[in-house]
Amino acid sequence: MTALVQLDKVTKRYGAQAAVNELTLEFGEGQCIALVGHNGAGKTTLIKLMLGLTHATAGRVRVLGENPLSRAGQRARLEIGYLPENVAFPASLTGLEMLRFYGRLKRRPRAECEDLLARVGLMGAAHKRIGTYSKGMRQRLGLAQALLGAPRLLFLDEPTTGLDPFLRHSFYAIVAELRGRGVTTVLSSHALSELETRVDKIVVLHEGTALVEGTLDSLRTMARLPTILRLRLRNGLAGKVPAVFADVATGSVAADGAIELSCAAERKMEVLRRAQAIEGLDDIEIMSPSLDQLYASFLQDKQGLT
Amino acid sequence: MRNLWIIAGKEVRDGLRNRWIVATTLLLAALALTLTFLGSVPTGTVGASRLAVTIVSLSSLTIFLVPLIALLLAYDAIVGEFDRGTLLLLLSYPVARWQVVIGKFLGHLAILAFATVVGYGAAAGALLVTDGHAEGLATFARMIGSSVLLGAVFVAIGYLISAIVRDRGLAGGLAIGVWLLFVLIYDMALLGLLVVDKGRIISVGMLDVLLLLNPADAFRVLNLTGSGGVSQFAGMAGLSEDAGLSPAILVTALLLWIVLPLGGAALALGRRQL
Repeated sequence: MTALVQLDKVTKRYGAQAAVNELTLEFGEGQCIALVGHNGAGKTTLIKLMLGLTHATAGRVRVLGENPLSRAGQRARLEIGYLPENVAFPASLTGLEMLRFYGRLKRRPRAECEDLLARVGLMGAAHKRIGTYSKGMRQRLGLAQALLGAPRLLFLDEPTTGLDPFLRHSFYAIVAELRGRGVTTVLSSHALSELETRVDKIVVLHEGTALVEGTLDSLRTMARLPTILRLRLRNGLAGKVPAVFADVATGSVAADGAIELSCAAERKMEVLRRAQAIEGLDDIEIMSPSLDQLYASFLQDKQGLT
Repeated sequence: MRNLWIIAGKEVRDGLRNRWIVATTLLLAALALTLTFLGSVPTGTVGASRLAVTIVSLSSLTIFLVPLIALLLAYDAIVGEFDRGTLLLLLSYPVARWQVVIGKFLGHLAILAFATVVGYGAAAGALLVTDGHAEGLATFARMIGSSVLLGAVFVAIGYLISAIVRDRGLAGGLAIGVWLLFVLIYDMALLGLLVVDKGRIISVGMLDVLLLLNPADAFRVLNLTGSGGVSQFAGMAGLSEDAGLSPAILVTALLLWIVLPLGGAALALGRRQL
């Protein structure tokens, strides 16, 4: 796999404060990567470093094989798309005029701008001033400009902030399509739950360092958080935890009468087998640790609260 | 090079949309026409050329108004884009930072040049129609050209302010301060200095340098000591005889006043951490 982005012991300091601290990362071709972390964890600074908008205090940054601050790095931006957090445009221009402006800077034809506007559902507002756009429309225009020139590498900084569920869904549909076409996408987000099924790799950032990185499954293994199974049993059996689970899980009865079993991830299948053997079983719900829970767990570990 | 025109074109479009171009053109045209017809009324009795009087009047108007318009256009150009978040996105494109500065400058200069040429041109056209002869129009054209040059100087100074400070309010305050300094305070201070000095320390050569250090004065000397009867009506005949400042030196000084602040602005933006 070719590495499109390489960061080698990269540090970025603002005064005494290190926004990014000796970070080493590599993003491969066609990957969808989520940068996860609370405010100030270093997500936006990391994206700015990769775009050459700010320079590293120490370490080496290579994007598409080039130093983003060099002339070659500037040319490489032809193949990079970026959607900043809280994207803004001049209010007096229309959506199409704005996209044409960015299109010209990337040497893209007018037809491509119109196609992109249609793709993000803004063709009807193409000739309206951006000042009249809603937050969702501005965000979609932001996505359209990021997609100009069919980029190989896409940076999306908090892309779904302020979008309603429908728009979020259509937004991720576009991201999934890009992923299918081999575009490397780097997403930063607070909305962890919506990232879970959509990314190949998750990087948990904390105080400028990568606390952990890997696939969701590997993070679950690392965190060793229990898997929860909820069993719904027919009348008469509800109200107590069957003794058959005693050696593989700890159980309790939830307020709605369901039995909740908590077990280690590797024992999940065994618990399932035993559960299926119980007479009167109506339904099983499996709840693996969510990204929110994983994040909280890693953060607690880091801060020594557990 | 193409990026410069793309960015300049966007500024012009923006200027058309937010009515900057229409407003400044109408303002300059209205004032120029008013000065042309009301300001040249006394010429009938003193026998002065209407055109010469109009040039003197418009030069004085330029010194007050064009720097102000230029600074108002420019002070927000970089700090405002930074504040609104539009600069971040623009710089993520394959564009060098100096191209952003120069491109935007060219766009703003085009707006100012259009307003000045059309506004003052309206006055020249009106004179041509009423007087019926084209004598002295070259001097008028020079005055319009140098007004654009003066505008470019203050757009460049506005860009320097805009690239250095991080607060739009501060940039606006500094822009007004620069206008007050160069248009009002500098001359009064210089005059006071000359009166106090009584020619003991400040030589003619030194006075020339002091005049070049203020772009508004360089413009004034360039236009009001010009050919024909202009210097007579401008009350600067004495100065025009003494001053060793040729038009070439004055124009060079004004060009330096454009290049240096603009270079400073490009340098400041280049070093800025986003």
